[in-house]
Amino acid sequence: MSTRLAKNGRLIDRSKQIEFTFNGKRMKGYAGDTLASALLANDQMMVGRSFKYHRPRGLVAAGPEEPNALVGLGTGDRFEPNQRATTTELFSGLSAQSQNHWPSLDFDVLAINNKLGRFLTAGFYYKMFIHPRPLWKHVYEPIIRQSAGLGKAPDKELKDADTYEHFYFFADVLVIGGGVAGLQAAKVAAQSGAKVLLLEQHNYWGGRAPVDGGTIEGMEPGAWVEKTLEELRGMDNVTLRDRCMGAGVYDHGYALGYERLTDHAPGQGGPRHRLWRIRASQIVTATGAIERPLSFAGNDIPGVMLAASMRDYAVNWGVTPGQKVVVATNNDDAYRTAIAMHGAGVEVVRVLDTRDSGGGSLMEEVRALGIRVECGRAIAKVKGSKRVTGVAICAQNGEGGAQEEVEADAVAMSGGWSPVVHLWSHCGGKLIWDEAHANFRPDPERPPLGADGNGFVIAAGAANGAAGLADALHDAQTAGEAAANAAGFTPKVGDAPAAEAPEENAMEAVWLMPAKADIKLRMKTWLDYQNDVKVSDVQLAAREGFESVEHTKRYTTLGMATDQGKLSNINGLAILADSLGSEIPQVGTTTFRPPYHPISMGAIGGEARGEIFQPLRKTPMYDWHDSNGADWEPVGQWRRPFAYVRSGESLHDAVNREVKNTRDNLGLLDASTLGKLVVKGPDAGKFLDMMYTNMMSTLKPGKCRYGLMCSENGFLIDDGVVARIDEDTWLCHTTTGGAERIHGHMEEWLQTEWWDWKVYVANVTEQLAQVAVVGPNARKVLEKLNEKAGGGMDLSKEALPFMEWRDGEIGGFKARAYRISFSGELSYEIAVAASDGLAFWTALMEAGQEFGVMPYGTECLHILRAEKGFIMIGDETDGTVIPQDLGLNWALSKKKEDFLGKRAHSRSHMADPDRWQLVGLETVDGSVLPDGAYAVGNGVNANGQKNTIGRVTSTYYSSNLGRGIAMGLVKHGPSRMGEVIEFPGTDGKIYKAKIVDQVFYDKEGEKQNV
Amino acid sequence: MLILECPYCGVKAEETELAAGGEAHLKRFGPGSSDEEFHDYLFMRENPKGVHFERWRHANGCGKWFHAARCTMTLEVFGTYSAQTTEPPKEIQDKISEKRPNWTWRDVK
Repeated sequence: MSTRLAKNGRLIDRSKQIEFTFNGKRMKGYAGDTLASALLANDQMMVGRSFKYHRPRGLVAAGPEEPNALVGLGTGDRFEPNQRATTTELFSGLSAQSQNHWPSLDFDVLAINNKLGRFLTAGFYYKMFIHPRPLWKHVYEPIIRQSAGLGKAPDKELKDADTYEHFYFFADVLVIGGGVAGLQAAKVAAQSGAKVLLLEQHNYWGGRAPVDGGTIEGMEPGAWVEKTLEELRGMDNVTLRDRCMGAGVYDHGYALGYERLTDHAPGQGGPRHRLWRIRASQIVTATGAIERPLSFAGNDIPGVMLAASMRDYAVNWGVTPGQKVVVATNNDDAYRTAIAMHGAGVEVVRVLDTRDSGGGSLMEEVRALGIRVECGRAIAKVKGSKRVTGVAICAQNGEGGAQEEVEADAVAMSGGWSPVVHLWSHCGGKLIWDEAHANFRPDPERPPLGADGNGFVIAAGAANGAAGLADALHDAQTAGEAAANAAGFTPKVGDAPAAEAPEENAMEAVWLMPAKADIKLRMKTWLDYQNDVKVSDVQLAAREGFESVEHTKRYTTLGMATDQGKLSNINGLAILADSLGSEIPQVGTTTFRPPYHPISMGAIGGEARGEIFQPLRKTPMYDWHDSNGADWEPVGQWRRPFAYVRSGESLHDAVNREVKNTRDNLGLLDASTLGKLVVKGPDAGKFLDMMYTNMMSTLKPGKCRYGLMCSENGFLIDDGVVARIDEDTWLCHTTTGGAERIHGHMEEWLQTEWWDWKVYVANVTEQLAQVAVVGPNARKVLEKLNEKAGGGMDLSKEALPFMEWRDGEIGGFKARAYRISFSGELSYEIAVAASDGLAFWTALMEAGQEFGVMPYGTECLHILRAEKGFIMIGDETDGTVIPQDLGLNWALSKKKEDFLGKRAHSRSHMADPDRWQLVGLETVDGSVLPDGAYAVGNGVNANGQKNTIGRVTSTYYSSNLGRGIAMGLVKHGPSRMGEVIEFPGTDGKIYKAKIVDQVFYDKEGEKQNV
Repeated sequence: MLILECPYCGVKAEETELAAGGEAHLKRFGPGSSDEEFHDYLFMRENPKGVHFERWRHANGCGKWFHAARCTMTLEVFGTYSAQTTEPPKEIQDKISEKRPNWTWRDVK
């Protein structure tokens, strides 16, 4: 059984007991435990079931490489699936649930898949479920989705209760990894004066060294780590962060750190995770190495564990996965596990060393302890199902004929070590195959390159392939010096701290155990625990022609689980190389992509949630709208009133009331959000003639003109009224969402094409508040304001005709009045200084009482313009529509030689008479057409779908007309007036609509010109 | 995200300030151009593995457009320069030649 040991546990505090629950069962652990070590202490060896075969699975590792121990953590709005027990620090009240089983962890219905394993080989789903097609959607997919997958998604109705933040940091040298190599590299770099940031993913420093032993500068590694940390803490130019993982390395020294602030102490307050957005001149990756499993039959049975992880559990947390351990290895390091377990009072039944000549001094030490070591031997098969019960032993160089069986309840395996090269590789660092250590390590000749073409990442220690304590420290010394140098500092060149550790014999590459294992064994030999990929699957993929490692990965799903193949990739590609008769370096690795280990979506989002998701822009009258019933609508970053809802009224009622009142009496619209660009200079007219499809240079000062803008592709991008202010100055109105975009568009052409033209563009949108005063009483209310102020500008038809503007005073406010109308009514758009906006608006509301004034919102604005058949950018246009489609040929200048879009309009497709064109649509029964509905015509297309002949672009209920009105683009529309066409709705109904003229109201335009 | 030095204001800007603007040194074809010329101007872009010239804008900074010469494969930046030029300046070309002796880009050599 797995249990707490009487001694050991350098990271736990046995005086502080902690209670937690696993699958509802109460358990006890100690402060300093991880969830994984606490589970082992409670004899909870089995922690989940596998993805595909639902096989019982136990802890394999002790760190972030753990593939099996994924749990659902927390409850309610703090529930999170797929959390690793090995990286979860234990806290009081922790509640965890195992995953991927039904009805319970111990008894699982789908474990039947295990018996069907013979049929569920690689590519099974692709091969089995491809035919007949309809069955996939309705039968196969729902069943597979139910039975596959890892954890459950959190409740979609709940919002994450925690907060998150981003933090920006700039460093000369960023060191990732706080093991002895990282500490030494950081110290060397910091001593040169460089600003150093050192990140460590765990809540303890020193990495493996304190567990693995040896001496540094005559000290135990643990003591040396403490001493070095003290030195670093004493330096002002060093920032240390534990519980902070280096998640990714990106272009030009950009790196992400993922700090877990309160995962171990929920309720502490403050953000839960912090995403460090780091720019570093140099990055040292001292990320250590990960042990590889050995590929033998039954290597996934709970109780089989990586040798170094077993030793971590015993030394760090004082727990053991079993009482009788078999160690299998191809290298000397696993002997340390035999020594550690023996020292902890656990029986080591056998050490099986695949090497005929065995190990070095560590092996001698193990033998001296009375432990039986057998060389050239291997595991034929592990016995047991939910727990290891025994081990069959055979010769490594054979087919697996068992020569002996021993009783055991735990197996420690070591297949050698793979440097953690992820961060080195994220931004293009290349790898070389190290034959002696059978691993890929960073190629120092081909690092990721910075802006200057020189490398900006240096790997150090075990992450660089350094083997042993002394080598790692020496490598770290060199890396620290190189990083400081490259960052522009002068490091003190010195010797690495002297370290001593036992000499080790060379390891032997073992990719299959035993070397000639038969198919029965290979079908029980796991490569990828999390995605349930076996040796036989990779061999099958190779036979079926998946020769590229990237293809094999996708076909078998090897390395595609949440652990991204930390344990499985090298073993898998070695099997693939063998199957292809190729060499491992020729097969190569799959691509390493950030993050190194999953990070929370909350951390990526940071503070950008809810109210502060994006900047909120408010007009000067915002608060007035808010306290007068505004139902807000987001328009770009602005919020505009959709309608002003009175008590007892529905939103729809409010819109209808506003529409009628504006036509009958008087409406006020806050139009401040409309873009206002001042274009000024001797060449401004020439420039605007290029920007707009119509002629703007001939506009007389004092006059306004409606203008269209096209992209160089010919498509409509914006519209608005342009006013000529004086000889050199124009004011261009843009759509609400378009101000910044069109400003940028103008700047782009001015700076990059016509840079010799003398023109300036200024965006004055926020300098001005603008109010549209609309309706038959519009002039009356303004004249009343002037009367009260004892005079003001002449607003009569004669003094200020339609499509002109004047500067002056209205009601004592300095104002510019435009006689422009987007509603078809008598309308003035009046711009005042932003600081006067609210006062002017309030004065209009007061003076307007006797004229029936009501504010109106964007929906009313839309209905009024639709009644008049005016287009709206974004409704009638979608980036594929040209002015000709909308019947706006009159706005395309024929006199101008050139304007943006002109050449494009003569391309064959643009001049095609079959393009859909704008018409009005009137439902036969007066109902409202569904927005975006497509009209269907005769015949079917190549996919057997009905041919479409048009679509609805704008559709509303018009309270003035008492019926639904719509506009749409219809093939040959203008020549099909009176024809009824059909629009199938998503509700199953067919809507019939007659093609009519798009102007529904006041066709002659008499109302606006009074 | 790359760091590029804005040639106008001298700021070394990154992802929070820069906006990418596609290929540099396009020659505009307007009315009177052939269909092929106009098509190439609108749609045909270089996609090199190596030396490339791009337009960038210091959008959340000084607002200026500029050009950058860089290697798309190694992310090395050879230099940034004014947008108000129709071809890469000689000193930029020389700098590229130093590091990539046989480089070509469109008809620039």
